[in-house]
Amino acid sequence: MLDRAPQETIGAESQPRPVIFRGAGFTPSAGRASGWIALGLVIAFWQLAGSAGWVNPLFLPAPSAIAVAIYKLALSGALWQHVSASVVRIGSGWLIGTVLGVIVGFGIGLSTLARGVGITFISALFPIPKIALLPLLILWLGIGEEPKIATIALGVFFSTAISVYSGVDAVPRNLIRMAQSFNVPFHAIVLRVIWPGALPSILAGFRITASVALLLVVSAEMIGAQFGIGAFVLQAGNLMQTDQLLAGVVILSLFGLAVGKAINVLEARLLHWR
Amino acid sequence: MDLIADQISHRFDGLDVLDRVSFTVASGEVVAIVGPSGCGKSTLLSILGGLLRPSEGAAELRGAPPADSLNPLTFVFQDFALLPWCTVEANIEFPLVHTVLDPAARKAVVDDALRRTGLSDFRGAYPKQLSGGMRQRVGIARALAVRPAILLMDEPLSALDSQTRELLMEDFIRLLADGTMGAVYVTHNLEEAVRLADRIVVLSRRPGRIREIVTIPMTRAERGGIDARGKLLSLQNQLWSLIREEAIDAEREVQHA
Repeated sequence: MLDRAPQETIGAESQPRPVIFRGAGFTPSAGRASGWIALGLVIAFWQLAGSAGWVNPLFLPAPSAIAVAIYKLALSGALWQHVSASVVRIGSGWLIGTVLGVIVGFGIGLSTLARGVGITFISALFPIPKIALLPLLILWLGIGEEPKIATIALGVFFSTAISVYSGVDAVPRNLIRMAQSFNVPFHAIVLRVIWPGALPSILAGFRITASVALLLVVSAEMIGAQFGIGAFVLQAGNLMQTDQLLAGVVILSLFGLAVGKAINVLEARLLHWR
Repeated sequence: MDLIADQISHRFDGLDVLDRVSFTVASGEVVAIVGPSGCGKSTLLSILGGLLRPSEGAAELRGAPPADSLNPLTFVFQDFALLPWCTVEANIEFPLVHTVLDPAARKAVVDDALRRTGLSDFRGAYPKQLSGGMRQRVGIARALAVRPAILLMDEPLSALDSQTRELLMEDFIRLLADGTMGAVYVTHNLEEAVRLADRIVVLSRRPGRIREIVTIPMTRAERGGIDARGKLLSLQNQLWSLIREEAIDAEREVQHA
């Protein structure tokens, strides 16, 4: 039988006092409401500044003026013309760059020869600002859509290839060994172990390449396009139509947000196991 | 089917890890491999299982595996090696997908493995939702699903708490009871070795050489009795005396590395 210790008694001379809590902080969480409230306050202040005449509308038009500009653009059909031109360029360039980047990234991740060659080329070419290649691409491919799409594809390709081979490298080796120990064939290990294991890094790469594509489409359209958000923003700037200029910026921002949301949905569906 | 370690030596990055290790695991026999840290136990197991090519010597099989065996040499991993994106059921089915079994037969095998490991109620769970012990049960169920002739177990209980270890040890004893399946059991834990193994291969510190092969002079069924406890403890002490000095040296070596 176990001996029981007598109940401890607290003497009057040693009154208990609470242990001081020291564990507060360092656990920030993203409060959705606070973010929206802060954004609303900034827009409200901006509107107030514009309406009260505190800032010159030529330099910073009020949010209401920007909203009106977007509305008029939508009514005239120009908005769709510009947005669709940009979306087609981004979509084509991103898709081409992503497909090639995934193929090359997997090659580098899985083959010693491809790694040796691929990493050398990627290290040499990745730091080049891709927009600097646009004039050369115009020389090669003409002045149509091709050089703009190629510029976006190049920008997307390098980031995708890097994120894919980093993702392949990050797949726990023990999972690959496990699959090998069960005689699972090579292609099945790639499809059922390496691909899902690398997916978090690949999707994180998509987030980056979507921004790269947006940046490059605007830059490319500013250099040589009649339609597209970049061309529209440049044109508005040249004509001092700052409400239209900012309308273009807002549309770009909304586009970026939409892409971010789409990737969030994709992550939630594909990475639910994390 | 026998598994033979034939004069296995292994060198890695200029370091001699194993030196002419030879022994045979007979059909249905359980052989434990013990030794100080860094003596090459896990390396030896990888070589025996065909996951690592030895610098010299060879791992060989003698005799035919059971006709229904889908993977005669099957690993149970220390870190479970479960696919985190797959459910328990999918993890167990994973090694079966590329075998000759059709979907209905696969399902029957998976159901049987789930039942034998007490996981039937958790078939839809993901590994992150399971405790360490349950995860290792999934690893064991996956290994059983391919009907191995020899299980290669690399410290399968070392990542678990003592109560879970005890429960899984009972599972291992039950699974190995009928003698149809052999095992090579790598462990640091001498108690596990004497409770489970028919023979214990004691390796020296690096480069791992066989110091002694200790035979346990009683059946696994007999080891559960109170009378056996004294004998098992004495065997455990005998093993400890064999590796104690080298374990201390290996510990110092690791600390100075």
